[in-house]
Amino acid sequence: MTSGLFKRRTLIGMGNGVKRSVVLALVGLTLLAAPAEAEYGDVVLNKLSEKNGVRPVVFPHWFHRVRFRCKVCHSELGFKMRAGANHVTMADITNGKFCGMCHNGQIAWGANQCDLCHSGKRGLKSGIYGGHQTSGPGQW
Amino acid sequence: MVSTISRLPVLILLLVSMAAWAQTARQWLPLAKDGIHDPRNPALRLLQEPAAALSRLPADGAGNQVNWVHALERGVINPRTNILPETQVMVIDVDIYLNLRGGTPIVRFPHRAHTMWLDCTNCHQQLFASKAGANKLSMEAMLKGEQCGVCHGAVAFPLTECARCHNTPRNQPLPVGAIRGS
Repeated sequence: MTSGLFKRRTLIGMGNGVKRSVVLALVGLTLLAAPAEAEYGDVVLNKLSEKNGVRPVVFPHWFHRVRFRCKVCHSELGFKMRAGANHVTMADITNGKFCGMCHNGQIAWGANQCDLCHSGKRGLKSGIYGGHQTSGPGQW
Repeated sequence: MVSTISRLPVLILLLVSMAAWAQTARQWLPLAKDGIHDPRNPALRLLQEPAAALSRLPADGAGNQVNWVHALERGVINPRTNILPETQVMVIDVDIYLNLRGGTPIVRFPHRAHTMWLDCTNCHQQLFASKAGANKLSMEAMLKGEQCGVCHGAVAFPLTECARCHNTPRNQPLPVGAIRGS
């Protein structure tokens, strides 16, 4: 009923040219309103977070690679190069493993600063985000 | 009159698109609007914004809009190579020529640019055997996130940047002593 009224008052009441232009403009505006996009290479970790009542973790690759080469985390720290393949617990981190190698209050903030890492929107799936041009390979 | 009115939205759309196009040059979304951070997290303001870090780095058209290899080679950034003092940091400077029988231009794979960032064990031996010619490479596998696609398309420049890997014309002789892969 409401949608019928809407149609009568707007689109149907107009001439064909106007109608076409309005539709074109609407389609254009939809395309222009680009969806919010994470930064290329951002990783969401939510295997354990929400189950344990905290926000998912957002790991920004861009932030870390300004400061560390890939080899530090993916060789010395033992992070597998596949989003979702790493089982990281808070116990590991406080024991100095994985993130805890740096996030110990010395090189970077410690594990007591929950909100700085657990900063993701609730309900996000684990995985890699932020395809600037591509969304990354299908299996990610 | 009617035709002017009917064209008006199109004109407005055109102007808005042009303005939007001008604005898209090297812009990074604030964390609160990137769709993955919780904007209600009070700690969000303590985190570095992408624009603050990335706008100072060499430009690129893809990925983070940063040419990370240039950033490293030109010394704009000097990321740590290791945390443990005993870690051996290896950089090797050997190019491998690939896709020698394909239709697209030949691929020159630079070990140097890769080992500046990565450890040998990140690719060898589980992704690639350390023997020129022993690896059967496929774009399909890469598009599925295997082989080069483990990084390219996820954290390194995406697979839409064809000519950055397919960078060597087929009609010219390869350098003397060039190592030929598959």
